Amino acid sequence: MDFDLIINSFPKLLSASIITLKLLSVSLIIGLFIGLFFAILRIKNNIIFGKIAYIYSYIFRGTPLLVQIFIIYYGFGQVEFIRESFLWIILKEPYWCAVIAFALNTGAYTSEILRSAFQTIKPGYIEAGRSLGIANKIIFYKIQIPIAIRQSLPAYGNEIILMLKGTSLASTVTLMDLTGVAKYIISTTFKPIEVFIIAGSIYLFITFIIHNLIKLLEKKYSF
Amino acid sequence: MELLLFGETGWGDELLIATLMTLAVSITAMLIGFVFALIFTPLKLSKNKFLNLIANFYTTVIRGVPELLVIYLFFFGGSSAIMFVASIFGYNDYIEINAFLTGAFSIGIISGAYSTEVFRGAIQSIDKGQFEASNVLGFNKVTSFFKVILPQMLRLSIPNLSNVWQITLKDTSLISVTGLVEIMRQSYIAAGSTRDPLLFYTVAAVLYLMLTFLSMKFINKMEIKYNRGY
Amino acid sequence: MNILKKFGLGLLISLFLTISANADKIRIGTEGAYPPWNSKDASGKLIGFEVELAWALCRYIGQQCVIVEQDWDGMIPALQMRKFDAIMAGMSITDERKKVITFSQGYADEVASLAVMKGSDLEGMDTPEGVNLTLGGSAVNKALKTITGALAGKTVCTQTGTIHQNFLESGDVGKVNVRTYKTQDDVNLDLASGRCDVALAAAVAFTDYAEKSGKPVVLVGPTFSGGAFGNGVGVGLRQASQMGADSAQGIRDAALLKAFNKAIDQARKDGVISRLAIKHFGFDASM
Repeated sequence: MDFDLIINSFPKLLSASIITLKLLSVSLIIGLFIGLFFAILRIKNNIIFGKIAYIYSYIFRGTPLLVQIFIIYYGFGQVEFIRESFLWIILKEPYWCAVIAFALNTGAYTSEILRSAFQTIKPGYIEAGRSLGIANKIIFYKIQIPIAIRQSLPAYGNEIILMLKGTSLASTVTLMDLTGVAKYIISTTFKPIEVFIIAGSIYLFITFIIHNLIKLLEKKYSF
Repeated sequence: MELLLFGETGWGDELLIATLMTLAVSITAMLIGFVFALIFTPLKLSKNKFLNLIANFYTTVIRGVPELLVIYLFFFGGSSAIMFVASIFGYNDYIEINAFLTGAFSIGIISGAYSTEVFRGAIQSIDKGQFEASNVLGFNKVTSFFKVILPQMLRLSIPNLSNVWQITLKDTSLISVTGLVEIMRQSYIAAGSTRDPLLFYTVAAVLYLMLTFLSMKFINKMEIKYNRGY
Repeated sequence: MNILKKFGLGLLISLFLTISANADKIRIGTEGAYPPWNSKDASGKLIGFEVELAWALCRYIGQQCVIVEQDWDGMIPALQMRKFDAIMAGMSITDERKKVITFSQGYADEVASLAVMKGSDLEGMDTPEGVNLTLGGSAVNKALKTITGALAGKTVCTQTGTIHQNFLESGDVGKVNVRTYKTQDDVNLDLASGRCDVALAAAVAFTDYAEKSGKPVVLVGPTFSGGAFGNGVGVGLRQASQMGADSAQGIRDAALLKAFNKAIDQARKDGVISRLAIKHFGFDASM
């Protein structure tokens, strides 16, 4: 064990974890909207839209995130007409390629979590709203969505942690996130074990915080 | 398209072998994971605080650290650790761990953490009466575990284990660092060599989808089989 | 006690190890993603200058060899943990690497160069043909200054953990926006896609890519050598002191260094290195 290396690389890794957190939060926010959109498509009784939402979720949950990010980054980068279209402004940047891959991936899982939450809402709640003369739209926004979100908190908490781990793949498309900087330090010091242990501890610490935040939210919104 | 043909100039045969390799390493990893889970589940359920702590440490760390880091750590640290252990036994020569086992083992450790949680959940949901009943029937602990608890645990675990299987299957895409030529590494090599990443990564995605689709079919069949009589 | 030891070891082996059956063979690590130095063909076979040279050197040494594939970013750690005994992967001899491993004498010299896509505003840079950082002098300083100006605000791409990355981060060409990749193949892809404004690698890596892909990749600026670019490419080996110079492993490692040096001498004298270099690079890169 090289303790000097551990002490020297800790601050570098810590500041790199800010990129990791930024990637995580941006992807989660976009992914939440994508997930909600597709979850609603699934529960509405439209066969075609329901099928589209199902296929989206199936493809993104059935393939590794690494493949998805490589298709978006290296794959699309080689297609002439994408490079000449307005899309290239976004796809040119490794950061946005990573965010797109992460958001689409987490969106697929989120849509499943929300769908099952919507489907397990007791019909009684909706009926109660109707009997009070509340419009369907308002029932949906004020009753169904909040209950669904509460129901899905534990599962969504797991998804956040899975996504945090997923962001480590950003390093495969040149981003200097926590894993990226760890690899960089290793490429100059040739000491993988020490560096990966610190990086791992930082990830673990972030997981711990997320885990407890979700617990807190669950308590706050329990009924 | 001729790039996907079989034979000397095409990548078709290499990709097929790589797909079989992905499948083989996933199954091995899943089985290694079961071994880990069968060791750690009792520790998790034990009344001994210290044993709890060990089991919780395992599942929390493995599930809280990116798979890529676990694999790197195992790849770089694993063989040194094993050689160190071997040197205690008086063996000082180089020990080669082949790429397949390095890969299967590192994914197996990850898979095992998820399986442990699944088994724990399953055992906890078995009716308490069952334990009592096997007590009354005079079964000893070992017999009641293998004859009463284990079969039920497996049946209750199947739906969640299918999730673990999916995670395991997809995680194998990360083990290219060990040098094992599975779907992802083969596509990476082909993409680099032919400079056509879109084609090869799309093919990789299709191959993974095929594997998840077929394995889900198989698991559903198993589920029906083991649910007979319930 | 002896039985216990044997049992423990046996258990370990049968559980998840295979003791190397290649103990008497020299294992040589290469990357397989750095054409024309080393790469893979469509049947997955390792090919390239260093692969053929490795076979030739092993014949001179008179021992059997196995070539092991290893990702670049784990190359030196893998050598240290004895996954293989020697590196032949276009690895330049540098002081930084010499702190952790040792090198044979150089067998080939590579000059580095910047490359851009045709039509870039970096084309036609006014610099001398070659810059040797070790020699220094006013001409070199002037060239570095020109390059510093040209690279400002550009995204410069290169492979992780290479002499090229070291040079870009050395401050010789100012503060550069460097983007690093796992393999040279990836650098080439992003140079062609336009994500990179300019890339730095061995000049032959670009000319090989341009020729095989048909993409309009052109070299710009001077060719670089010396200084951060090291002293040619050699066989990377474990330092005998790593496992203890008197240990069996340490003695074996020291002997291997001698054997490689001798084999390179012979291969050079017989013209084998030159012939292979001309075959793969198109010019005589031997040294």
